[in-house]
Amino acid sequence: MMMKSAQVLMECLLEQGVDTVFGYPGGTILNIYDEFERSGYKDKIRHILTAHEQGASHAADGYARATGKVGVCFATSGPGATNLTTGIATAYMDSSPVIFITVNVAEPLIGRDSFQEVDITGISMPITKCNYLVRDAGQLADVMREAFAIARSGRPGPVLIDILKNVTYDSVEYTPLSVREHAKSGRLSAMLERRGRDLKAPDPDAGDIEKLLQMIEDARKPLVLVGGGVIRSRGAVPEFRAFIERLGAPVTSTIMGGGACPGNHPLFTGMIGMHGSHASNLATSECDLLLAIGCRFSDRVTCNPDSFARKARMVQIDIDRAEVDKNVATDHHIIGDARRVLELLNAKLPAHDYPEWKQWVFSHVEQEMPQDPNKLAPNEILETIQKLTAGDAIITTDVGQHQMWSAQYYHFSRPGQLITSGGFGTMGFGLGAAMGAKLGNPDTPVVLCTGDGCFRMNCNELATVQHYGVPVITVLFNNRTLGMVRQWQNLIYNKRFSQTDLDRGPDFIKLAAAYGIDGGRAATQKEFEAVFRKALASGKPWVIECAIDKDEMVHPMVSGGSPVTNFLLD
Amino acid sequence: MKTLQKHTLSVLVENTAGVLSQVSRLFSRKGYNIESLAVGTTDDPAVSRITIEVMGDHQMIEQVMNQLRKLFPVYSVQRLAPERSIRRELVLVKVRAEAPDIRNEVIQIANIFRASIIDVSLQSLTLALIGDETKADAMQKLLKGFGILELVRTGMVALERGQYTINDDNKEKGEFNYGKTVL
Repeated sequence: MMMKSAQVLMECLLEQGVDTVFGYPGGTILNIYDEFERSGYKDKIRHILTAHEQGASHAADGYARATGKVGVCFATSGPGATNLTTGIATAYMDSSPVIFITVNVAEPLIGRDSFQEVDITGISMPITKCNYLVRDAGQLADVMREAFAIARSGRPGPVLIDILKNVTYDSVEYTPLSVREHAKSGRLSAMLERRGRDLKAPDPDAGDIEKLLQMIEDARKPLVLVGGGVIRSRGAVPEFRAFIERLGAPVTSTIMGGGACPGNHPLFTGMIGMHGSHASNLATSECDLLLAIGCRFSDRVTCNPDSFARKARMVQIDIDRAEVDKNVATDHHIIGDARRVLELLNAKLPAHDYPEWKQWVFSHVEQEMPQDPNKLAPNEILETIQKLTAGDAIITTDVGQHQMWSAQYYHFSRPGQLITSGGFGTMGFGLGAAMGAKLGNPDTPVVLCTGDGCFRMNCNELATVQHYGVPVITVLFNNRTLGMVRQWQNLIYNKRFSQTDLDRGPDFIKLAAAYGIDGGRAATQKEFEAVFRKALASGKPWVIECAIDKDEMVHPMVSGGSPVTNFLLD
Repeated sequence: MKTLQKHTLSVLVENTAGVLSQVSRLFSRKGYNIESLAVGTTDDPAVSRITIEVMGDHQMIEQVMNQLRKLFPVYSVQRLAPERSIRRELVLVKVRAEAPDIRNEVIQIANIFRASIIDVSLQSLTLALIGDETKADAMQKLLKGFGILELVRTGMVALERGQYTINDDNKEKGEFNYGKTVL
């Protein structure tokens, strides 16, 4: 049937089962927004109007991470599009599937520095898995179908579609097509055929699996390192858990791997890397086989790639072969989807146990530090959230000390439960992400752990959570400073606290009140527990401001560039 | 210290706008300056072939190749080892040549190198030479004394020797190939 291509775009979203879109309108994208009203798409697709395009980008990302579905975000041309870029890069670094749709100026205005014109496909080239400039209405449906397939397959990632304004107005023939048929038609089928590409990762090489099984047999001190790849791979977590039970070796995790191994599992040594636990980092240096699954050995994990796991034979399992040997040289690798590789391993792996090795590793677990009952310690906040939500809450974070504390002290037990900007380290990510996560999981409590620096960046989205009644509980770790940067200044810059002091407004509770949101303060564990209970019971958005000591630090700490066992701070 | 050496990569891409910048971006990101670049359509007008010569260390080039393979408009990537490939470049040189004895000498050099003279004026001769870089460099060195007015090179193009082509996936298995690339 003939229809305006703005309507084709809506139909293509419905083909994909999209029911929620985050965005912000503007001059060039008017035709698309008009379809919500003109053709009644507002009844089929919920549009969440954010305060800022950046908030929309993080919300779509948070929605994708929390649901495993593809997130969708709309923005207009020029500044609308450039405001998305931090969100696009955040999604790209953490392999989150999000479709960003922007509309550019009309064909006659392109390339003339027209009002609100920017080359967003050029700008987003390094931060998208793929991007498109649609200049012809006849291509739109095809591009939409290909874009969704690309965003969600293999190693997921963001895809940007920029459409010229005149295209959104053109009428074009549209034939509905179910997602199942997409790979058999149009551009997508052409690409799959001619470029030798596949929607699914090819089956791992049988010889590679055999070789790994033999390496496991030869190992006396194996260590499993799990990364975000296991979280992103659909159905991989049950296989992963079966695998670690069978292998019986210690398991450490990157921040992105949070939730793959239950946080309270007896084999779990905690996080690895710059703020990794003693047990994890020491095990890394002592192990004779390091089995990395879906992890890219970022500098925050290895700290110093040359000294990383020097005694170990290194094995990397990844769906993306460009990750293999990128940051550290490996002795063996298997290319494939984590779920499938683990399935094949589980079918043949005999049960193992490494009692002496485990005993050695777990003898390095940190002792709990005595706590001052008159002060609120970061771990008490996380432990209280854990207790009061029965460990069920989705935790989203911003970036810095509170992010590390959240990763260290909350026991994540399922994929998508920790939503954090691990790769890009985007301050201001959390509130948008929390909103997206909550809209995608209305029945699960969602808690945003943030700091005063981060929260100030994008707290404008309080207007959005209030308007749509999204009951996100914001737990603000207020230490009146940029805590993580101050920690570095404390330890490395001889206490020269250059420009990290945030001893200034606003009064966050009054700010929340200005948005119509309830809030409360806590300076001790008891107070926090009382306020959090109230917030949880209210079913409404809440802001809880926690007083944290300015010189509170994240323990342990290894400075960048040193071996992971050189703790600067125990 | 990593050792830099010259690598020749051949990349088969979709013939659309923006592909070249996607490809070249991966090199500039590593701080690699592309020494030569030649692009043209193939027997299939929808497909272009890019030949890139770049100085880099082996492991980094390997990584760039894997990243190239991830780009959707890229169909195939191949490294062409010098001993297993034929390489040619076209060089046009405009040489100052006014006096008859100079003109004769330039013509002689052209003959020795099997370069053709493709343009003549009273003040200059323009030579076209096809060869690999050693031949072009040698001729350039000889002509320098006469005064090179302008010189342009197409950039190296190269193909693998023998019956295999860039499309033969399994051939590189030893290097790094697992058949199909996941989207």
